[in-house]
Amino acid sequence: MLEKALVGSRTYWSWVAFLLILLGFGFFFYLRQLDYGLGITGMSRNVTWALYIAQFTFLVGVAASAVMLVLPYYLHDYKAFGKITILGEFLAVSSVIMCIAFIMVDLGQPARAFNILLYPTISSILFWDMIVLSGYLLLNIVIGWTVLAAEKKTLPPPNWVKPIIYLSIPWAISIHTVTAFIYAGLPGRSFWLTALMAPRFLASAFASGPALLILLCFIIRRFTRFDAGKDPVQMLARIVTYSTIVSVFFIGMELFTVFYSQVPEHMQHFEYLFIGLHGHRALVPWMWAAVILGGIALALLINPYTRRKEGPLAIACAAVFASLWIEKGLGTVVTGFIPSPLEKITEYFPTGPEVAITLGVWAMGLLILTILYKIAVAVKVETE
Amino acid sequence: MKSSRRRFLQVVGLSLVGLGVRPVFGALAGNGSPKFIMSPQGLKGKRWAMVVNPRRCPQECKDCIEACHREHNVPEFGNPKDEIKWIWNEPFKDVFPAQEHPYMEEKLKKRPVIVLCNHCDNPPCVRVCPTKATFKREEDGIVMMDYHRCIGCRFCIAGCPYGARSMNYRDPRPFIKKINPFFPTRTKGVVEKCNFCEERLAQGLLPACVLACQEKALTFGDLKNSQSEVRGLLRTHFTIRRRPELGTHPQVYYIV
Repeated sequence: MLEKALVGSRTYWSWVAFLLILLGFGFFFYLRQLDYGLGITGMSRNVTWALYIAQFTFLVGVAASAVMLVLPYYLHDYKAFGKITILGEFLAVSSVIMCIAFIMVDLGQPARAFNILLYPTISSILFWDMIVLSGYLLLNIVIGWTVLAAEKKTLPPPNWVKPIIYLSIPWAISIHTVTAFIYAGLPGRSFWLTALMAPRFLASAFASGPALLILLCFIIRRFTRFDAGKDPVQMLARIVTYSTIVSVFFIGMELFTVFYSQVPEHMQHFEYLFIGLHGHRALVPWMWAAVILGGIALALLINPYTRRKEGPLAIACAAVFASLWIEKGLGTVVTGFIPSPLEKITEYFPTGPEVAITLGVWAMGLLILTILYKIAVAVKVETE
Repeated sequence: MKSSRRRFLQVVGLSLVGLGVRPVFGALAGNGSPKFIMSPQGLKGKRWAMVVNPRRCPQECKDCIEACHREHNVPEFGNPKDEIKWIWNEPFKDVFPAQEHPYMEEKLKKRPVIVLCNHCDNPPCVRVCPTKATFKREEDGIVMMDYHRCIGCRFCIAGCPYGARSMNYRDPRPFIKKINPFFPTRTKGVVEKCNFCEERLAQGLLPACVLACQEKALTFGDLKNSQSEVRGLLRTHFTIRRRPELGTHPQVYYIV
């Protein structure tokens, strides 16, 4: 089926070329980072995880959200999703690959990455994260490819793939739960030390992932002869609506506990996020942008008249995606380090090379997504 | 079975999965950590600890800091972003933020307090490390680092509630004033911290910071030995530890 990615229009090849250029650009700066060290980024002694790990955390959510298509289709026999389930699975594949890439570019000694396998440590959440992420990648490649190959021959998918599909449902939940545990189990970081971390991650994942899928469906329809149809998109829109509401509700829960109890150690992180701490307010405009975008999205999504119209729905989805990218990305990761255990406020600003490497990884992910979607859409259009 | 390129790729894929599965089973079936062979001429202790008396520290004194950083080839970058430190001082109010109140004597608030790795009995950094590059030596409780195994993921830095760990954001070697050939230098991309001078203990010597202090503000010894100097100080003085409520059981005690 791979050959289908080798024929395409001018637009297709220009897009691929554009992504390759971005990827090459990022790779060039990654070589610089390998040579100089992680000091080339904006990270410091006090803020030791930042843009890369923020992308990783956010993208694990996008990957996990494939379950929002797989579960209704395979467990509840919701037929309308049959057409686009493959899009969710392939989105998961490219997202997990990006996650792994972001972990790799964040390592100080990437050449030693296999030490995680050589000296497996069951007490380390990072070890478990590696297991669940690689497992999830494998599951989605096998499922997506097998189901699509069967579809190409206009056959039902083979029976052996069914149990694997069912396994992928709890597995999707596990990848984001384990990713939340990376943060939620650290005694000294009060910003992350909350049992709500995993539920929050899952809720925001099921909002941002399907929002991206809706946008991808619109883009695919614009450039190919494949139309996802109105029903599945509207169902996705409802999933995005509920998940965004739950997501905002969870953040409200955190704010209540923190500000009603008034424990200073817990309050100061949120103060840094929303009003700034001792005059340091690098993240404040970003967070308020996230709040405003979230508000716009909710207004457009909750109102059925705007949700049913494609234009406003697209705006709402883009707003959800951007809002959660800020909140769950830098907002969640960097704030955990501010202030530091010794009460120091070190602000974080990404550097040029760091942004270039980040864009490079995104370009790689989009390239993989483009190729996988090209194949999937070609098969779909052929068999229709 | 029909052999084809497709079939071959499937088998290769499955074999790769097998490579990943083995360590998981290895970890679950693991049979304890390797034992250390302690040096025969080394100092004998079952639980090393330190007692710090900040009241003895003169305002501008840096003797212990300089001795430690010289001994361990700690680089000096001259900027807080890349900074690496094993032992340093911070104002009392930042070391013990929970103790501060508005009527505290200004002098006490600002009094420099020496901070270093607490060599916790229950170290979160060890728990989170995905490669066991940082580990607790059960024989004497020192939390140690294997600089050759560390992958530089910085999970331990996130895990440490004391800010005791530093990352080598760039090659440290050009920034070491005078290299001590008896202690390794580090490479870029690994994490480091105080090692309670395990290399000196092995030779029967006290930690460099303790020896360098002329004011006897730092006392090092074995908590399991009731006759030790540290136990004597803990008996006769009121001491506190940094953030004991976290359950990490830090082993650096402060006389206040």
